[in-house]
Amino acid sequence: MNILHGFGSQLLLGALATVQLALASLVVGSLFGVTGCWLQLRQNRLLRGAGYLYAALIRGIPDLLVVFAVYFGGSLTLAKLTGRYVEIDAFAAGVFALSLSFGAYAAEIARGALLSVNAGQREAAWTLGLSRTQALWTVILPQAARTALAPFGNQSIVLLKQTSIVSIVGCDELMRKAAEASGATRQPFTMYLAVALIYLVLTGAATLLLERTERRASRYLGA
Amino acid sequence: MFDIAIVWSVLPALGKGALLTLELTALVILFGTLLAFPLALAKNARHVAARSFAHAYIVFFRGTPSLVQVFLLYYGAGQFQSLQATFLWPVLGDPFWCVVIALALNSASYTGKTLAAALAAVPRGAREAAFSLGLARYQAFLSVEFPLAARTALPAFGNEVILTCKATSLASTVTLLDLTGTARLLSAETYAPYEVFLGAGLVYLAINYGLMLLMRRLERAFKPSN
Repeated sequence: MNILHGFGSQLLLGALATVQLALASLVVGSLFGVTGCWLQLRQNRLLRGAGYLYAALIRGIPDLLVVFAVYFGGSLTLAKLTGRYVEIDAFAAGVFALSLSFGAYAAEIARGALLSVNAGQREAAWTLGLSRTQALWTVILPQAARTALAPFGNQSIVLLKQTSIVSIVGCDELMRKAAEASGATRQPFTMYLAVALIYLVLTGAATLLLERTERRASRYLGA
Repeated sequence: MFDIAIVWSVLPALGKGALLTLELTALVILFGTLLAFPLALAKNARHVAARSFAHAYIVFFRGTPSLVQVFLLYYGAGQFQSLQATFLWPVLGDPFWCVVIALALNSASYTGKTLAAALAAVPRGAREAAFSLGLARYQAFLSVEFPLAARTALPAFGNEVILTCKATSLASTVTLLDLTGTARLLSAETYAPYEVFLGAGLVYLAINYGLMLLMRRLERAFKPSN
């Protein structure tokens, strides 16, 4: 890896951090998404309003602004709580900010998928004597999951790419490593191109995985 | 802890940043859409070389983060000293144009893909009917095929416009004082990050709401009138 001037292994370490950042945000963000979807489907107007407000607010502003708000706001809150200046962990702030963003989209995807299941399915399940919980888990959710899979997967790939913006607040991931390598070697084009190719491999792998999962999920559907 | 008065006091300054955000959004959409046409035509072309180029272009720009694309252009250009003597440097040395070009190239990949699919979905008969009425190829494209495809592509294009507006926030990473850049500066000056970023978020929401209404009007304009 002479062309990278010995920074190849650093970039690979960065790629590992990027994958960790994406996976952590995927898990936490999905929890936010489930919560948001649950709120949106409540009878209570206040809870429902909160669910919709969350999704509309976050989806209307750039992720970078959310990252800044979480990072600088979080630093201030921590400073006030502890009485001294604390550097907030950029990885944790990044996961939280990316999860807020991912959760807003995931909530919309989950709600759309749940509502797409024909109401007759639930009624049929009840007629067969299934309880509400059983109907949800064995009849509604498996069908909704199939509908949600493609948009959820696409949003996960968007998330993978969006992890790059956390480098702006100093999170030590792939983009950050590229900036360091660029500064040290004075070859920014080479470094950012190498990093672009690494992202391409990551998103390509994610796309293949998604396609396989989609094929598997629809294997019992005719036509 | 939270002072609503600060939100109001920073709004005028944020408004100035918002103007740059709007300017960037407009230019990126303009250039991105113009680039999307040749890209869509190449993607649907019979020529293998044209199709492969369009495919590779779309895979690259959709598979890598916009931030990498902006940095590749803005910092990457600095690696080639020879560029600095050429007519390209006034553009490549300017963060404003680097952001516009990088995001426009990126936007073209999304719009181009949508447009290609929409054009491919136009029934063959429409084109043949246009030819039989004596329209030239370019006339058939402009007055028959494109309006039909636009109707299919507009909802996705509307999403792309809003995503582009949000993506212009990357301008703040290359020293530009757009809405996000201004907010970051004000947050450091006032030590009131929550108020400042909330104010900026509200301005973004207002802009994106306006863009959404605009796109709906555009969709209505392309609807068939009965």
